[in-house]
Amino acid sequence: MIISVASGKGGTGKTTVAVNLALALGDVQFIDCDVEEPNAHLFLKPDLTEKTPARVMVPEIIEERCTYCGKCAEVCAFNSIAVIPPNAGTKGGVLVFSNLCHSCGACSLLCPEGAIREVHREIGVVETGQAGSIRFAHGRLHIGEAMSPPLIRQVKRHIDRTRTIIIDAPPGTSCPVINALDGSDYCLLVTEPTPFGLNDLVLAVEVLRVMKIPHGLVINRCDIGDDKVETYARENEIPVLMRIPFDRVIAEFYSRGINIIEKDRDYAEKFRTLFKDIRNHYETDRNHQRKRGHG
Amino acid sequence: MKQIVIISGKGGTGKTIFTASLAALASSKVMVDCDVDAADLHLLLNPRIVERHEFRSGKTAWIDPALCTACGNCAEVCRFHSIDEGGDDFVVDPLACEGCGLCARICPVEAIEMRENLCGEWYISETAYGPFVHAQLGIAQENSGKLVACVREAAKGIAQSRHLDYVIIDGSPGIGCPVLASLTDTNLAVIITEPTVSGIHDLSRIIDLTRHFQIPAGVVINKFDLNLDNAEEIERLCDSIGIEIMGKISFSVEVPRSLVKGVPFVEFSRDPVAHEITSAWNKVASVLAGGR
Repeated sequence: MIISVASGKGGTGKTTVAVNLALALGDVQFIDCDVEEPNAHLFLKPDLTEKTPARVMVPEIIEERCTYCGKCAEVCAFNSIAVIPPNAGTKGGVLVFSNLCHSCGACSLLCPEGAIREVHREIGVVETGQAGSIRFAHGRLHIGEAMSPPLIRQVKRHIDRTRTIIIDAPPGTSCPVINALDGSDYCLLVTEPTPFGLNDLVLAVEVLRVMKIPHGLVINRCDIGDDKVETYARENEIPVLMRIPFDRVIAEFYSRGINIIEKDRDYAEKFRTLFKDIRNHYETDRNHQRKRGHG
Repeated sequence: MKQIVIISGKGGTGKTIFTASLAALASSKVMVDCDVDAADLHLLLNPRIVERHEFRSGKTAWIDPALCTACGNCAEVCRFHSIDEGGDDFVVDPLACEGCGLCARICPVEAIEMRENLCGEWYISETAYGPFVHAQLGIAQENSGKLVACVREAAKGIAQSRHLDYVIIDGSPGIGCPVLASLTDTNLAVIITEPTVSGIHDLSRIIDLTRHFQIPAGVVINKFDLNLDNAEEIERLCDSIGIEIMGKISFSVEVPRSLVKGVPFVEFSRDPVAHEITSAWNKVASVLAGGR
């Protein structure tokens, strides 16, 4: 089963929930898909034994074959190629802006002269290792790189479907999140009971509805703010699977990289219960979908 | 006119709460929310939308089932695995499609249409604090970087035509595409961090990003008293690379209350946090004015 932990709004406690859930369960695989700002390793402290470069394919022009016809620039939907035609005795040129390239392969496939080959470009690294009984993988996007989805997909290639997988997703609601959540069986949304938390939660729920991923809530710092998140959850029939009250001591532990369940054994039990509740909700939801499907 | 962006690397460190207070503190500015996929600043600025614009960007493939001969060429060339054989027909998964158009170009019977995406909306609003440009990316849409560029362009236009002193930009978390679009061509990046191990980790990555693009940066440590040792470590880190600490803000339970009330913190409370935000802004303004 693949459980992803997401939030819409940043800093609501995604990583805290994902890490403590993994620690409480023990024998799981942990995939940190927040490749722009990976943090889970700071709390799980895995022994990262393997590091592989994450690469994308970008075009390279074979100058001697190029006739500067401009086809590549015309077919590129991402404006990552510009062709300067030869002019009054000066040689033409082709500029490739590889940071804009989506690696679709259109230019190399459609070049009439076979003058484009695809070469690797490194955008980040994938690191894997072990944290006790937890198998761990994350990605680190290189500074200055714009596109995280290809790296997220490469991190996810390490998923071993025979295990319980916990995915720590990036914040937001756009492409990086969708790539992280794709293929999940269940999504845990971590929110906080403030207008910001609610606003971003509603957006995240809409994304999950589009992606047809069953989901439940964890309300972190549940005793600050107001009750509008609870009302929203009730009205939309989204189960609240866990509530974590604000505790300055927990916040201070977090600031030092210490996990709640290492300090408060009750939380180990609470996180195991959370996992059971996720499984139950997932099964009920699936049976419900099946019944509807057979209508 | 100076452009200031508030960024953080890590999410939830207090960017928007800080930015909203700048709306109340700075005179002669336009506010911009560039966290387009989880925009929150409007919740504190109470905007009245004056102009509403559609944001169209990129395309998505659509296969006409009446024309498709199910040859499968499209699925074969698609690098994003976005075309599947669904029963008898080939169908495009709009979430996976990146809009490159290769399938449409190679389809032997021209059965594939590239349809323009309506990716979201952007708005020009008036608030009690002056003009405000904001946006909402559509659900599960892409091109947030382009939407950021679009709202920034509109804000810059307003600042120029109304002769405003500042463009104040609320950025998004991370270091990827929308952040790059928020950061480019700004005069100062104010980085909001917190004294946690993840805060420090993400701070060093976002500092590297500002240096990579040669954008001057300053740091504000939010909730600094949650861990004084880590706060000191941040100060040492910044000191060692010549980045100025522009403020330190205490932890306060009043902050979520100000969110519920829906007003910028400096207008909500007079506790030490309001004073600390004000001095951070004064520092930012003096740095931008060329003072030290």
